[in-house]
Amino acid sequence: MSNVITVENLGKKYLLKHRSRQDSYVALRDVMSEGAKNMGRRLLGRAVPAGSRADQEDFWALRGVSFEVKQGDRVGIIGRNGAGKSTLLKILSRITEPSTGSVRIRGRVASLLEVGTGFHPELTGRENIFLNGAILGMARAEIRKKFDEIVDFAEVEKFLDTPVKRFSSGMYVRLAFAVAAHLEPEILIVDEVLAVGDAQFQKKCMCKMEDVSAKEGRTILFVSHNMGAVKNLCERVVLLNRGAVEAIGSPADIIQKYMTPEISTSELSFENAFDRTGDKSVSFTSVSYVDEHMRPVQVACTGMAIGIVLDYEVAAHANYSGLSFEVGFYNLSGELIFLCGNSFSGQAFDNLPVKGKMYCWIPSISLAPGLYSLNIYCGYPGQTMDWIQNASHLRVIDADFFETGKTPPNNAGMVWVPHHWEVG
Amino acid sequence: MTEQQEIIIKPGMGALHYWRDLWRYRELFFFLAWRDILVRYKQTAIGVAWSVIRPLATMLVFTVVFGRLAKLPSNGVPYPVMVYAAMLPWQFFANSLAESSNSLIDNANLLTKVYFPRLIVPASAVIVCLVDFSISCVVLAGVMAWYHFVPDLKVLLLPAFLLMALLASFGAGLWLSALNVKYRDFRYVVPFLVQFGLYVSPVGFSSSIVPESWRFFYFLNPVVGVIDGFRWAILGDAFPVNWPGFLLSSVLVLLILAGGVWYFRRMERTFADVA
Repeated sequence: MSNVITVENLGKKYLLKHRSRQDSYVALRDVMSEGAKNMGRRLLGRAVPAGSRADQEDFWALRGVSFEVKQGDRVGIIGRNGAGKSTLLKILSRITEPSTGSVRIRGRVASLLEVGTGFHPELTGRENIFLNGAILGMARAEIRKKFDEIVDFAEVEKFLDTPVKRFSSGMYVRLAFAVAAHLEPEILIVDEVLAVGDAQFQKKCMCKMEDVSAKEGRTILFVSHNMGAVKNLCERVVLLNRGAVEAIGSPADIIQKYMTPEISTSELSFENAFDRTGDKSVSFTSVSYVDEHMRPVQVACTGMAIGIVLDYEVAAHANYSGLSFEVGFYNLSGELIFLCGNSFSGQAFDNLPVKGKMYCWIPSISLAPGLYSLNIYCGYPGQTMDWIQNASHLRVIDADFFETGKTPPNNAGMVWVPHHWEVG
Repeated sequence: MTEQQEIIIKPGMGALHYWRDLWRYRELFFFLAWRDILVRYKQTAIGVAWSVIRPLATMLVFTVVFGRLAKLPSNGVPYPVMVYAAMLPWQFFANSLAESSNSLIDNANLLTKVYFPRLIVPASAVIVCLVDFSISCVVLAGVMAWYHFVPDLKVLLLPAFLLMALLASFGAGLWLSALNVKYRDFRYVVPFLVQFGLYVSPVGFSSSIVPESWRFFYFLNPVVGVIDGFRWAILGDAFPVNWPGFLLSSVLVLLILAGGVWYFRRMERTFADVA
């Protein structure tokens, strides 16, 4: 299998302008003559002398990116916001030029970087299919030939002659994807466009992409924040971080790596926390999270094991016994989802070390994806030693909890439970 | 399957594939023009009529102001016909300039999301104006019939002058659209240029009234050659073309076009970053 895409040492630099901090007195005459000179230089595309660039900064959106893609591969590209994923796709789609490095591409590339590129709201569905197809590179004859298939995939037959501005957002996305899906490129690049659209549509798109790759041997580059979709569709995943390739490997490994921070910055200290009461005989110094292998994590996945680490300190030189520790998980509406406490989970601790960590192990956290806030408490019944509200926030994401590659709907409840169905 | 040609993307590269891509994307020229025309007609009730009303109205005003009041000579040809024959290329040029200078900015969403040779965008703007031009031609035929004015065989040379008008507007359009992306000031320069040009070009008057000493500077206006040519082709020897001046204008048109293509291609790689 030959290489279809070869990326070597790719880099993209942007210039960031900063407002100059000192506005010292400058003669207007000088400003005008300098400005005229620079204008002339810029018009001719020549570089402006460094002196006037004191307030500009180089920003490397991508630096030293290298990887290879073979024909028929399904490669996922993941990374935090600002990692450089969209910039990479733009360069591969020839929308913008790289600053360094090179890319070799064999075959026709079709990119879906935005849904409905070129759609004009005043034109009807039928007209927009032709327009969008032409913009994406299809010949008119080709569009005519595939017209019925496209309409069929998008399920908008009734609305073909209505202006697109009257379409619902779901119909809009379906139509846009339908045109792009029938492009028959050798390489298909998809940026996070499937986030819009219901679950059924997303499944349809994923199936179509799988078909296109498996049956017709086309290559797919897929950028997404939906880890479930990435795990299901892709065979290889590239992790981008701050413009560089951090890792390339199997979906499971790379997704795990994505969730682990580079430095243990997940610890939070809260000397100045707002909602904090207690006599501080025992006080918390920080909260952090670990997975079952004691590796620090910043994000939890529904259904996976997680440990909450509470660092504490005893004020006086005393070893307390029988202390009660509690951790409460609240959703953003302030509702308590569940409470963990050693007093009712059946563990008692004698002679606690003066300084140490308390671990709360949850074998399989049932929280639905979202953001949660933690309250932490320690003390005896009747004596609160340290009680901090909103001590920490935990983001929970779906890493394909139900192992179907599909994302359950947004309002599927506060917790997800494993289950299966049967006909009887 | 299909072609397995390799494309190499490197900084500063692009020229190799560009002209091949222009051919491959040739249908896009017409699709973008088709889109703009469709949209225009969908939104207005008098969309088609506008292409007729505009030149007719200007012709009327010019006839009254310059023909009756100022009594500028029209060399034996009915004044409205003389004005209209010059208005035709001028309107085409002015509209093309206005449309193409804004074309890149108006299509900014395309520039940042899809790849296609960007030269197509200002070109399709010029094509839209070509459609307006053809409608105006029909009106001209009507005006000439009204005055029982029959053109001689020189009218067959009209396509040559039309080509020159096309090149002139496309060349200027390339410059302005590329400049407009980076320096939005040009958006305001264009209407001013058009206004100014209307009085400096032989639309309301004929080139014969320009005094000898001013001739050289006069012919530096590339549109002059085009309009003179049009007048001569349609109206005959009453409006002789100053051939040296015409040559000067033509050379200028070609220079502007070549410069426009060069500048556009040079700035093209930054469009997606700046638009």
